[in-house]
Amino acid sequence: MTATAVSTTPLLAALGTVRDPELDEPITSLGFVAACTVSPGGDAEVRLRLPTYFCAPNFAYLMVADAYDALTAVPGVRTARVLLEDHFAAEAINGGVAAQAGFAQSFDGEAVGELHDLRGDFLRKAVLAGTDQVCRGLQADGADRERLRTITLGEVPPSGALDRLRQRRAELGLSVGDDALLLVDPATGDPVAAEAVPLHLRRARVTAISLDANGGICRGMLRRRYDIPGEED
Amino acid sequence: MYEKDGEKYFVVDGHMHYWNAAPDNWVPGAEQYAKGWIECFHAYQGLGPPETHWSLEHFQKYSEDDLMKDVFEDGHVDVAIFQPTYLKEWYSEGFNTTERNALMGEKHPGKFVYNTRFDPRDGDAGLDELKRNVERFGSKGVKLYTAEWNAGSRGYKLTDPAAYRYLEAAQNLGIKNIHVHKGPTIWPLDKDAFDVSDVDHAATDFPGLNFIVEHVGLPRIEDFCFMATQEPNVYAGLAVVIGGLMHARPRFMAKVMGELLFWVGEDKMIFGSDYAIWEPKWQVEGFVDWEMPAAEEFSDYPRLGIAGKKKILGLNAAKLYDIPVPAEFQLPADAGTPAARDDAQLVD
Repeated sequence: MTATAVSTTPLLAALGTVRDPELDEPITSLGFVAACTVSPGGDAEVRLRLPTYFCAPNFAYLMVADAYDALTAVPGVRTARVLLEDHFAAEAINGGVAAQAGFAQSFDGEAVGELHDLRGDFLRKAVLAGTDQVCRGLQADGADRERLRTITLGEVPPSGALDRLRQRRAELGLSVGDDALLLVDPATGDPVAAEAVPLHLRRARVTAISLDANGGICRGMLRRRYDIPGEED
Repeated sequence: MYEKDGEKYFVVDGHMHYWNAAPDNWVPGAEQYAKGWIECFHAYQGLGPPETHWSLEHFQKYSEDDLMKDVFEDGHVDVAIFQPTYLKEWYSEGFNTTERNALMGEKHPGKFVYNTRFDPRDGDAGLDELKRNVERFGSKGVKLYTAEWNAGSRGYKLTDPAAYRYLEAAQNLGIKNIHVHKGPTIWPLDKDAFDVSDVDHAATDFPGLNFIVEHVGLPRIEDFCFMATQEPNVYAGLAVVIGGLMHARPRFMAKVMGELLFWVGEDKMIFGSDYAIWEPKWQVEGFVDWEMPAAEEFSDYPRLGIAGKKKILGLNAAKLYDIPVPAEFQLPADAGTPAARDDAQLVD
C-alpha cells in the first residue's frame, strides 16, 4: 500500500481558517464541509454544503474560493477541487472558482464587480460584534463607559475574544498594537467620542446578537436539511 | 381571539400564505428552483415544535379547510393578512397570487385582508395590473419580494427609479402599507441583497406610506434596528422571529426581542405567523406566555407587558389596516396608542 503524501488533517485545518463572511465563523464548525478527501498524489477534493438551496450566491462564492485558496496553500497538495452541492448557483460558482475566473466573470452580466467591498462590510460587522464580546467581559468586571472609551488593547486582560478581535481588526487594516484603543469606529479607525459611546456599545451589541441569531438559524436549517442530529440551543 | 388569565387578545396574523407549491404547479425547466424554494421553506418549519411538523407533500399543497382550521379554528386568529408571492418564473400559476388568495377568502367574509404586490420591472402593464388588483380586491397593502427573478433580472432595490414610480402610483391608488421582504439575490450579485438602506431612503421619501420590514430584516437585524430608529414610518414584521427562534433558540429569541423593544418599540412590531411555514397556534400561545428571562444578560432590555403583547399580536396591525377591533379587546386609555409612529425611542 502506498503511503499517502498528505493526510486530511492539514486540509481540515486549512479549511478551519475559511469563514462564512456573514456569520464570522469557520465553515468547519458550522458543518458546511460535507466531505474532504485527498489522493495519494495530492489531489484534494472538498464538498461544501449550505443551510439552504438559496443561500446568497456572493457569500457562497467567497467560501468556495477561500476554501480553494486554503487547500492549494497546504504543502503536498497538487490540485484542489472544491464543489458546492445542492445550491442553485453551484454550477457557476464551482466552474468560476475552478477556472480562477473571479466573481464578476463567473456571473457574467449579473455582477459588476468583485467581492472585496462586501467582505470589508462584513469584517466591520465582525469587529463590532467582537468589540461587544470584549466589552461585556470588562463591564462584568466593573468597567464603566469612560473606562471602555479610554482602555487600550494592551490593558484588556488576555482572552480568546480579544485575540479574535485583534485578528479581525488586523484584517481590516485597523491598529492592533497594545497602545491602540479598544473602542474605534470600524470604518475609519477613529476613537469614539464620549457622547457617542452609549450608541456605539448598543450597535456593537445588536450586531453581535444578529450574528448569533443568524448562526443559530443557519445551524438549525442545515440540521433539518441533512438530518444531522444535535442540540437546539 | 385568544384568552389567557382573564386577558383577551385580538389576533391579526400580519403575514400568511395560501400557496400551491406542488409539482403540478412547477414551471417546466425550472423545477429545481420550485423544488428548492419549497424545500427551503419546509426546513424552516423544522425550527418549530416537532408536533407541528408536516410532511413535505402536505406542505407543498394544503387545502382551504386545512388553512381555516389551522389559522382560525385552532390558531386563535381573528383576521389574517394575505401576503402574496408570485415567483411565476418557477410556479406556473404563481406561488400564491392575489387572485388565488381572494378566491378562497371570498367564501369567508371578514376573515381576510387581501394585500397585493407589484414588481417595478413590469413596466406599464404592471401598473395597470396593480390598479386592477387594488380596485378588485380593495388592497391597502402590497408585499414586495425584492429578490424575485424576472426575465433574466435577479432582483431590484426600492430606490430604483422604476420602484419609486410604482410606490407613487400605489400611494395614489390608496395603498398605505408596503411590506418588504428581502431575499438572497439582487442585481448586481456582488452587492449585499439583504441591505436595508433602500428601505431607509424610500421611507424618507414616502412619509405617507408605512414600511413593514418582514422578518425584521433578518439576517440584517442590526441594520434594520438602526434604520428603524431613524424612520418614524418603519415597522418590524415579526414573522420568523417568533416562528424561527421561540422554540428552536429561545435565548436568542429573547435577545432579539429585547433589541427590537429597545430600537423599534412595542408600538411598531407586528406579529405574523408566516403560515404555512408555521402554524399560528403555538406561536400565539407561546408569545402570550413569553417573558423576558431574568438573567443578568437580559437585565437592561425593556420589559414587554400584557398591553405590549396585545399591540404586537393584533392591535398594531389592526390600526395600520383599519380593522375594527371590538371594545373588549381594546387597551385601557393609559396603555398608549397602537402603531404610534413616534414610539421609537432610545432609552439609556
